[in-house]
Amino acid sequence: MSGRSLFDKIWEQHVVLPENSNTPAILYIDLHLVHEVTSPQAFDLLRSNGISVRRPDLTLATMDHSTPTVPVSSLKDLKVVAEPEAFNQIVQMEKNCEEFGLELRGLGNSERGIVHVIAPELGATQPGKTIVCGDSHTSTHGALGALAFGIGTTEVYHVLATQCLLQRKPKTFAINLEGHLQSGVTAKDIILGIIGKIGIDGGTGHAIEYRGDAVKQLSIEERMTICNMAIEGGARTGMFAPDDSTYEYLYGRPHAPQDEAWDIALKEWKMLPSDDDAQFDKEVTLDVSKLRPMATFGTNPGMVIPIDGAIPSPSSSDQGFTKALDYMQLEAGQPLAGSPVDVVFIGSCTNSRLSDLRAAASVLNGRKVAEGVRTLIVPGSAQIKREAEAEGLPEIFKAAGAEWREPGCSMCLAMNGDFVPEGKLAVSTSNRNFEGRQGKGARTILASPLTAAASAINGVVSDPRTFIS
Amino acid sequence: MEPVNKINSRTVVIPLDDVDTDQIIPARYLRTTVRAGLGENLFADWRYDKNGTKVADFVLNNDEANGAEILVTGRNFGCGSSREHAPWALLDYGFRAVISTEIADIFRSNSLKNGFLPVVVDEQTHEWLIKNPGAEITLDIESSTLVLPDGRSTSFPLESFSQYCLLNGIDELGFLMDNSASIDAYEEQTN
Repeated sequence: MSGRSLFDKIWEQHVVLPENSNTPAILYIDLHLVHEVTSPQAFDLLRSNGISVRRPDLTLATMDHSTPTVPVSSLKDLKVVAEPEAFNQIVQMEKNCEEFGLELRGLGNSERGIVHVIAPELGATQPGKTIVCGDSHTSTHGALGALAFGIGTTEVYHVLATQCLLQRKPKTFAINLEGHLQSGVTAKDIILGIIGKIGIDGGTGHAIEYRGDAVKQLSIEERMTICNMAIEGGARTGMFAPDDSTYEYLYGRPHAPQDEAWDIALKEWKMLPSDDDAQFDKEVTLDVSKLRPMATFGTNPGMVIPIDGAIPSPSSSDQGFTKALDYMQLEAGQPLAGSPVDVVFIGSCTNSRLSDLRAAASVLNGRKVAEGVRTLIVPGSAQIKREAEAEGLPEIFKAAGAEWREPGCSMCLAMNGDFVPEGKLAVSTSNRNFEGRQGKGARTILASPLTAAASAINGVVSDPRTFIS
Repeated sequence: MEPVNKINSRTVVIPLDDVDTDQIIPARYLRTTVRAGLGENLFADWRYDKNGTKVADFVLNNDEANGAEILVTGRNFGCGSSREHAPWALLDYGFRAVISTEIADIFRSNSLKNGFLPVVVDEQTHEWLIKNPGAEITLDIESSTLVLPDGRSTSFPLESFSQYCLLNGIDELGFLMDNSASIDAYEEQTN
């Protein structure tokens, strides 16, 4: 029998009842993250069926998608700035959490932020845990060696009621990262490069493990960027084996085990990495040293090229490709770099952590955003906002002519009042360039914080390497 | 959830690959706290122009789409966001099934929990369906087969427990609740 993978080990540890030909496995969930958009209908089902939340202590609730990114400290403020539907959703979340006994990191809370940013930040995300959330970017938590995946609202209801899910075991997919990144090339470029290589459905039905020599050089925040977009390659989950960087990241965080419990946990975590002879159902290798900064040109994240490359030509039968270029108002055969930019968005659960903000600041420092380019910088959490402020990053952003906002999902999906106007071109550090994702008719180019900042300065899609000394 | 046994209907074809859930229901319509009413904004940005007028050449705005319960699309339908509002919107509009050569994982899981049938067929059957919009076909859940107008039939994969839940109109929660003793035991053993 071959060895077990990281995924196999975590899965097996959480099986309450194994799967058989008639029924899926019952899988226990260690941490359930809840936000205001995908939970109201689940709370309604609990209410109408007279069911309580089984484990409020394993449930972490916050508000991030609909929340404004201008300062709001009370519901009265909120009513002024938020659209009525967003306001109602936020109020409903407060009511639901109160009624079902859940601690809510709501507006004004010092631990509030994007759900996938705050759970690792608090140390609630840990190696070996099963983590779910009604949000496809839950894969982010795999950066710390957790088995984390997005679920729908009916499943949110199931987890609230039973702390369990019914699941068929997915196949496994090893993505081997080899080599050393060149200057100006980032974790975002790695994941965009992976999606370009495997396609947006390359991971469907699979759990990804990112492996290989290049992993050691990646910080936990970089790993989060890479795991975050596993779903953009079709996989519900993406994960890195825990290592010393993981343990260093977690040590001392408020929800991480302390003292003796830390030593016990550490011993268990060290057993998790895949065995040397573990087998995977699928495997690809990417030499990251050959990567250049990447940017999307179409309307899904798989339509991606190196920033200095030309937009590819569609095959005559590919209706979707032609539709995408029409929507983006871009021409096959032309360079992407140099396209005029209207909006730059630096934020989202993909790229809103302190290292992302520092990267943006390294380009923006002492420079000015080009005239007419709206540049919005949105930290991932209240804590990141405080840390950035302590380093003086907002001063750099403001001096450059960028806006510095309150934490939230913001312009990534344009639910909260921040959006890209119709027909305008945005360079965004977020995760989806689907039609209308950042606002009806908005055109999105996905790229790294370095590329986004360089494009803000030049006013056109730009290669960040010219800014790096 | 109502039991689903057979779906007989004309098809509507959207031949595009990679239709993501942001197209099925754009994020700005997720600020609702209920399920009902999402059908009005199904494929909103393809169905309506910026003034809210129906886009004449979008298939759902044609008479032939009226009353059709089966949607046929290109590969990798339902990719992207995990929003269950996507199957809710399709159901609220009147669709009961989608046919493709590949359906994204989370969308498929969400669909089955709402009695909306995700059907993956072989390339040949798919090509025929794409070329013959409006075909009267049958989806039989009990035998997990698709029957074309000329009587040819082809089987499609349907996970056994989901099939059982569809046929009996059962929410999976009941099964989890029935096993609460095992969940208690698991918690005791791991704490």
